[in-house]
Amino acid sequence: MRNSTKLLILTAFALLFCGLYLFQGLNGSYDYALPRRAIKVIAMILTGVAVAYSTVIFQTITHNRILTPSIMGLDSLYVLLQTVLVFFFGSTHFVLINQQFNFMLSVGAMVLFALALYHFLFGKGNRPIYFLLLVGIIVGTFFGSISTFLQVMIDPNEFMRVQDKMFASFNNINGDLVWWAFGILILTLIIGWRYINELDVLSLGRDTAINLGVSYQSVVKLMLILSAVLIAVSTALVGPITFFGLIVANLSYQFFNTFKHSVLIAGASVMSVIALVGGQWIVERVFSFSTTLSVIINFVGGVYFIYLLLKESRSS
Amino acid sequence: MIQVRELTKFYGRKAVVEKVNVNIHRGKITSFIGPNGAGKSTLLSMVSRLMDADTGEVLLDKSKVKDMKSNDFAKRVAILKQSNFMNVKLTIRELVGFGRFPHCKGRLHEEDERMVDQALEYMGLMDMQEAYLDELSGGQRQRAFIAMTIAQDTDYILLDEPLNNLDMKHSVQIMKILRQLVDDLGKTVVIVLHDINFASVYSDRIVALKEGRIVKDGPTNDIINSESLREIYDMDIPIQQMKNCRICVYFNS
Repeated sequence: MRNSTKLLILTAFALLFCGLYLFQGLNGSYDYALPRRAIKVIAMILTGVAVAYSTVIFQTITHNRILTPSIMGLDSLYVLLQTVLVFFFGSTHFVLINQQFNFMLSVGAMVLFALALYHFLFGKGNRPIYFLLLVGIIVGTFFGSISTFLQVMIDPNEFMRVQDKMFASFNNINGDLVWWAFGILILTLIIGWRYINELDVLSLGRDTAINLGVSYQSVVKLMLILSAVLIAVSTALVGPITFFGLIVANLSYQFFNTFKHSVLIAGASVMSVIALVGGQWIVERVFSFSTTLSVIINFVGGVYFIYLLLKESRSS
Repeated sequence: MIQVRELTKFYGRKAVVEKVNVNIHRGKITSFIGPNGAGKSTLLSMVSRLMDADTGEVLLDKSKVKDMKSNDFAKRVAILKQSNFMNVKLTIRELVGFGRFPHCKGRLHEEDERMVDQALEYMGLMDMQEAYLDELSGGQRQRAFIAMTIAQDTDYILLDEPLNNLDMKHSVQIMKILRQLVDDLGKTVVIVLHDINFASVYSDRIVALKEGRIVKDGPTNDIINSESLREIYDMDIPIQQMKNCRICVYFNS
């Protein structure tokens, strides 16, 4: 089967699930239920594309197929930020009630953190990219520890508020935020699209990429920043969900079996829309909210991750 | 001509390449030889901008490489390193097609396809162009990568130990092809070699390095003699003349 046919079939499935989610059991509630469902679907598409896209480019520049951008410590920073806000201001303060402000603050903090990290690492000289990953892991663990420390000290009721933020959820999404996220996503897609062929070359390794005239350092830096922005937006919109990118990126490599990033990224994006919208549909209409999507995703993702580890260790 | 001026590279405090000056002449095969750790690969990496030099500069036809756009440089100089690990599944033809990237930015036009055909033909890979790289033997893989640099269509081709892990037959095959590239197509080849006999038989010029410095630089015939080799390798190596070839018999010296 040709890759374009595969993509078409997947897109048809994605549209089917979107249609099901939007219209099933609507009972003519066009004014009330439909707009609310539409916002959720758009949020899921945005998150799905952002996570898939950022994971594929991150794995290409790190030459590692079992990493996700969360290794840069952005999710931990988000949880820390929310914990600190609740800790110092209480859950009823403006910074937590006003979602738009909270969104901007979170995105800003994560992007600034990523920029600071890159500047610190790449400011002078040519450090290998593994430096960034190691520093990311250490800083992420550090953030996680501080969060846990603060969380055990706050009031249990307030902790509930933090806990809400610690897991991805599509159930309470602010309509205005979706449009902000949409704008940022489109912008990153436009910038990223111009480098789609460079990504193909980057997957051949650093030396070959430089030989073929790719300005390695600047392209890698740009791609890292793009993936940080995408992660920041999706995390601030629905919560930490980057683990999910690992699944769709690897499924896309397996399913499409090509080096072309235009196909891989499109495939991973459509797959993640299917997983999110389809998964949410099952959670809401089949399990009637008795579990959350992120729990299912983490469970399936964990199993798949173990499978990948076993497969990689066998092949090397 | 590639001119290397006062090039220096430190690893920590140790200079692996120290104030190296060398000219690489057009239309010739130049071999870099020398003991392990002499700085041959480092020098080649700096010349091909894979590595930044700490001091010194490289001039390509009189213009500074540092000031050139990476893509313009890639149209004139190709570099092939020793290890080419990758985790993408590619066919030979797709890999060779990547050689056209500096010219076409990933969208292969008719002319690019023709260059890919030529490169495949040249390396004798036409029959197996749809084979995947991970299914190939070491020699076939090496040929596929050399085909990629040929498709890149540069005046200069730099190769870092291309004979590593190859048997005699494939080594000779590759050296003959490089010789053809120089004689028929007027390319300039720079090659890092371990086996001095390949350097002696196939190259026009030899640059010998030792402990980060150049100890000998000149036409092959001036370098391949017992006296120079003693200076380079600290070994007494008798030379045997066989037809036109000077063979270094280093096995029991």
